[in-house]
Amino acid sequence: MKLLKICTLLISGLVFWACSSDEEPQVNTDNFDRGAMLANWADNIIIPGYTSYTASLITLDEASAVFAETSTIENLEGLRSAWLDAYTLWQKVSMFEIGKAEAIALRDFTNIYPTNVETIESNISTGDYNLELPSSRVAQGFPAIDYLINGLASDDALITDKFNQDPKYGTYLKALTSRLNTLAQEVLQDWETGYREAFISNDGSSATSSVNKLVNDYMFYYEKFLRAGKIGIPAGVFSNTPLSDNVEAFYKNDASKILFSTALDAAQGFFNGDFYDGSGSGISLDDYLEFIHSNGSSEDLNTLINNQFEISRSRSQMLNDSFFLQIENDNALMLNTYDALQANVVLLKVDMFQALNIKVDFVDADGD
Amino acid sequence: MSTLISNYIKKTTRAAPLAAFRILFGLMMLISIIRFWSYGWVAKLYINPKFHFTYYGFEWVQPIGEFTYLLFVICALSSIGIALGYKYKISIITFFLTFTYIELMDKTTYLNHYYFISLLSFIMIFLPASAYFSLDAKNDPSKRFEYIPQWTTDAIKLLLCIVYFYAGLAKLNSDWLIHAMPLKIWLPGKYDLPIIGDLLHKTWVIYAFSWCGALYDLTIPFLLIYKRTRLVAFILVVIFHVLTRVLFPIGMFPYIMIVSALIFFDASVHQKLLNHLASLFKTTTGKFNNGATLHYKLLTSKLKLGLLSIFFFIQLTFPFRHLAYPGELFWTEEGYRFSWRVMLMEKAGIAQFKIVDSQTGETQHVDNLEHLTAFQEKQMATQPDFILEYAHYLKDYYAAQGKTDPKVYVESYVALNGRRSKPYIDPTVNLVKQRDSFKPKTWILPFEDEIKGF
Repeated sequence: MKLLKICTLLISGLVFWACSSDEEPQVNTDNFDRGAMLANWADNIIIPGYTSYTASLITLDEASAVFAETSTIENLEGLRSAWLDAYTLWQKVSMFEIGKAEAIALRDFTNIYPTNVETIESNISTGDYNLELPSSRVAQGFPAIDYLINGLASDDALITDKFNQDPKYGTYLKALTSRLNTLAQEVLQDWETGYREAFISNDGSSATSSVNKLVNDYMFYYEKFLRAGKIGIPAGVFSNTPLSDNVEAFYKNDASKILFSTALDAAQGFFNGDFYDGSGSGISLDDYLEFIHSNGSSEDLNTLINNQFEISRSRSQMLNDSFFLQIENDNALMLNTYDALQANVVLLKVDMFQALNIKVDFVDADGD
Repeated sequence: MSTLISNYIKKTTRAAPLAAFRILFGLMMLISIIRFWSYGWVAKLYINPKFHFTYYGFEWVQPIGEFTYLLFVICALSSIGIALGYKYKISIITFFLTFTYIELMDKTTYLNHYYFISLLSFIMIFLPASAYFSLDAKNDPSKRFEYIPQWTTDAIKLLLCIVYFYAGLAKLNSDWLIHAMPLKIWLPGKYDLPIIGDLLHKTWVIYAFSWCGALYDLTIPFLLIYKRTRLVAFILVVIFHVLTRVLFPIGMFPYIMIVSALIFFDASVHQKLLNHLASLFKTTTGKFNNGATLHYKLLTSKLKLGLLSIFFFIQLTFPFRHLAYPGELFWTEEGYRFSWRVMLMEKAGIAQFKIVDSQTGETQHVDNLEHLTAFQEKQMATQPDFILEYAHYLKDYYAAQGKTDPKVYVESYVALNGRRSKPYIDPTVNLVKQRDSFKPKTWILPFEDEIKGF
């Protein structure tokens, strides 16, 4: 049939074209190496991040066991410092909700706040709970531990009293730290046993490629958890009035700023490809944007975005260590920081996504 | 002139091409619907969203809950009816109505391809596509014709020509031709394609794609019409659409266009195709080769031709309605849809809405994802009519939440074809006070750049 002939002709034509172009010497100097970027993210940022984070959780787990066993003020202080260390290190990996972390909803089980005191108390008194259920997310993770070690009573002696009087508190505390530990171990192990290779080799351009997925995850984190969760929601950007008790680490009270600034540094560090140990910097989004810029795009987005990170940082430096107090006393400074963070959403999500041809959130439908 | 026209109207042609087109069209639609369903898009696009963006004047067209699936079932059944030529009139009318209803439910999913399908199925209502090799004609000898008026087949060709040519005209602008935008953004992103991937970031390749794309759209109708270039033209059609399929996520459309272009071939090609098809079903086309010619009654013929004339007059003029609006078309999108502007823009945006209580002055921002899907949010952020409709929805929502006469403002940024993002909608305008209409939207901030051309 005629059509059959046409198709044969077409296919052979395409193959011929393809082959002839293949024979040219290919020097890939002008093509950005996404595989190298993924390797930098995995080897120098993500895996070291989870490694220190899990190590800090082992310390936390031990400290909670010690305190549950011997509930003294001294042990309480040791536990608090282990908790804050781990919570701070969590800020450096929270944005990497990909692979196993995504599959087990690591962030939702680790850091949902405000925590639900009623659920925690009822879990403790009945002893009937399943921390693996989504409904129990509001009663576990760092915020729930925050309540147990900082918010259970008005002073340290009264807190230790509670643990001494009722061993169920210690049991629940241990359950919480051990669950954090298990979840994080699971994610780290996955990275170390195969996922790293899968992640790096998925260096294509499709919506499910590692670059597209992780950059979307990063953006989602930046908007939802860094910008809104830590600053916008407690400052009342999304509600009638400020919700000062929705700050991160509410019961600790004076840690919300350090957690935020760690998270902001980590977000900028990822953008610039800075190594986790601070020893250097590798290929990341900054270089990718530079590459596009040098290939003719008019805007120097790398500089614009880094400048905006600096503005956010300098504004947030004026905030009180306790965001709760900051909101109660002078919320305008919080809103000021929010605006700076929001301005970078535009640069990242609109300009950077367009420049790198990354589609927002993998919208799965046909185009024109 | 008038004799020329009346002679043309009297011209007849074999019925086989239109019959083959009917069968292929029905099959393509069936596959499209099954594909759409199997991807879970019925629920994702039409049932799950809390809110739907409607077309101006069609606000009453809404998804009907779980019955939306039924709509797709009816649509699929009618496409089978079309392919078989079984109760063709009812099938094609049902298809047109259900398909168009589905498209009107939410303009988030607007695609020129879907609009094309709606138009095509509309004109097919008036064409004798079941006169040959159909169950209708098999069962009823009085409906069996080997020859039909030529204008019926030509109507489909004309629609195809308009789609291609207008798509080509739309590409004659400075972004497309001089800056090779948006292909300069899209093509390098396909670096991982086998064989051609390494070429796609080369400037000359990107320009070649832009210029060839425009040239293709403008010339392909004529190359298909002219007998001596037809085969080459068809080869180009296949190459072009296969390439677009490989490069862009455009679903079934390339296949539909390839199949549609077959209508330009001589009747002998379609005859062979149908004979072949008949032998697959252990039958022949012999029964249909009765030598009969379909002659419409004078009134019927006049009505059909009158209707098609109006239809094509609208098709020829409607895409130019943007000329009546001030401002840059790509920026304001006033007159952008329904005018065959395909793959012309890379537009991204962000829109943050602010609700102000008129009485207390209390202000709060909106988390769009509480109300919209990610897809809806993406489409909304770059299109003013979406932004306005959503603002009115937010007003109702927050009024119900207890806010007094809420005012709605939006702070929005849009980046177009690689330009730096710019403020899009006037953030000082209370959108609640604005009504959607065909009048220019004065609350869109100026583009402050120029894209020359169509």
